[in-house]
Amino acid sequence: MTEWTGTISMKRIRKLGYLFKEGVRNMFTHGFMSFAAICVTVACLVIIGSFSSILYNLSRMVKTLERENQITAFIDDSYDEQTAKTVETAIRRLDNIREANFVSRKEAGRRFIEQQGGGEAYQGIDEKTFSDRVVITLEDNSKMAETVALVEQIHGVDHVNAREELAEGFTTLQRVLNIASAAIILILLIVSLFMISNTIKLAMYDRRDEIGIMKMVGATNRFIRFPYMVEGFLIGVIAAALAFFIDWGIYNLIAKQIQNVDALKLFDIVPFSKLLLPMIATFGAAGLFVGIFGSVMSIRKFLDV
Amino acid sequence: MIEFKNVTMVYDQGNRALENVSLKIDDGEFVFLVGPSGSGKSTIIRLLTAELEPTSGSISVNGYQLDRIKSRQIPYLRRTVGVIFQDFRLIENKTVFDNVAFSMRVVGASNKQIKKRVPYVLDLVGLENRGRRYPTELSGGEQQRVAIARALVNNPSMIIADEPTGNLDPVRSYEIMMLLERINALGTTVVVVTHERELVNRFTKRVIAIDEGNVINDGMDGYYINEEN
Ligand SMILES: Nc1ncnc2c1ncn2[C@@H]1O[C@H](COP(=O)(O)OP(=O)(O)OP(=O)(O)O)[C@@H](O)[C@H]1O
Ligand SMILES: [Mg+2]
Repeated sequence: MTEWTGTISMKRIRKLGYLFKEGVRNMFTHGFMSFAAICVTVACLVIIGSFSSILYNLSRMVKTLERENQITAFIDDSYDEQTAKTVETAIRRLDNIREANFVSRKEAGRRFIEQQGGGEAYQGIDEKTFSDRVVITLEDNSKMAETVALVEQIHGVDHVNAREELAEGFTTLQRVLNIASAAIILILLIVSLFMISNTIKLAMYDRRDEIGIMKMVGATNRFIRFPYMVEGFLIGVIAAALAFFIDWGIYNLIAKQIQNVDALKLFDIVPFSKLLLPMIATFGAAGLFVGIFGSVMSIRKFLDV
Repeated sequence: MIEFKNVTMVYDQGNRALENVSLKIDDGEFVFLVGPSGSGKSTIIRLLTAELEPTSGSISVNGYQLDRIKSRQIPYLRRTVGVIFQDFRLIENKTVFDNVAFSMRVVGASNKQIKKRVPYVLDLVGLENRGRRYPTELSGGEQQRVAIARALVNNPSMIIADEPTGNLDPVRSYEIMMLLERINALGTTVVVVTHERELVNRFTKRVIAIDEGNVINDGMDGYYINEEN
């Protein structure tokens, strides 16, 4: 390592310049192979990028849905409003409660009518149709069953309306998505890694005579290696840049399509501009990783005789 | 300086290439290394460029103790030894100039140094107006001169030539030997591996003869291997 860590001398800069040029030249002399490696890497990165952005949006939606996944504790109709309010306090004292809000039967009726569009048909509904209730959101939806049981035991609670399966469904969905996408991303990274590694291997094989001469006249291994690392690095970076812009386009296109179809606004899609920085970071890191690591992998095998 | 002390080389497959070889070549010498095919000549060269490790014994080359050398020092050892082969090993898609310059580039020389040194060396080997040609546009003798120029360009203290005239006719061979002699006169140690008796006997030089992995003669009395050979 000592050779390149000292002060930056003219000699070093010139050497780096030469090596960099060699790397670029390598890339063009194996134009087809480099092109193929770039294409495969772009494809992998585009898929990886699409997956991450879909996943990101999904997990955001799941979170929103979870937040809206409320439990309603209906209060015994024999209670007057004053006594009914004490149930709210009792519920708040339990564990795992994020929020608990008392809603009177009057209020509940009003909200119902409002939700139905305030149509004439509902104006006459007797407020006795509704019960007083406490609307609860939980800290942790995976413990919904336990919490519901506790709420049911509170004096004055008639029955509890909870959608446990839904809550469980969300949690499972998210877990499955996480695992599946991690696996897919890993596989694709390995594919691009091997593609680049093979390109570099081929480039070195093509040049084995030249490498032999370099060794014979006393070039250091580092010097021999560097242009191939530059080549891998360039393939990785070019692929990452292309994949980034392609993904950007795809993302906006799909977002627009969904918004056109989704009149109910069920899907709330994050604009790409908000994902810009994390996406650049992800693509950059992935590109550099497969590029440099891919070349190092093949060079190892080639140089250590 | 080259010094072999009790060097034995057995290849992985069990081929015994050298048996307890000791020899010493001082700075500034001109030495012929002769012996029949398979006697171990190339093995000696591959040992002293640290391409191979001896099975036993110790080797010292230009101040490097090869049994103790670290792999990252090997390139620096090789810069002190210019090697030339029978098959020239030139890069076909580079011009003569670039072939020679390549050798300087890969050890980190500047363009300025290259522009100064390469023409000088091409001139020395008699290729002053061949710089722009490609190796395929040269005669065998000229290609070998390019290989010599490449070996010389980094100013090694020693030139090792493995059968440098194997692909050349007698006249070209003689010219190459004259050139190597001139390079030696300028101060570089020269070791020439050959089995061309005629050629060796035209010069009065030290001859180390080996056969079946043993040094069988070392002196100024010319080629000395199985007379019928
Ligand atoms: N890479 C190798 N692996 C195994 N055995 C080898 C290897 N290289 C050479 N040998 C064996 O070692 C012995 C010496 O070979 P070497 O190449 O040194 O001979 P040489 O004197 O250079 O012959 P030539 O004049 O034909 O070039 C031979 O018996 C050969 O078969
Ligand atoms: Mg040989």
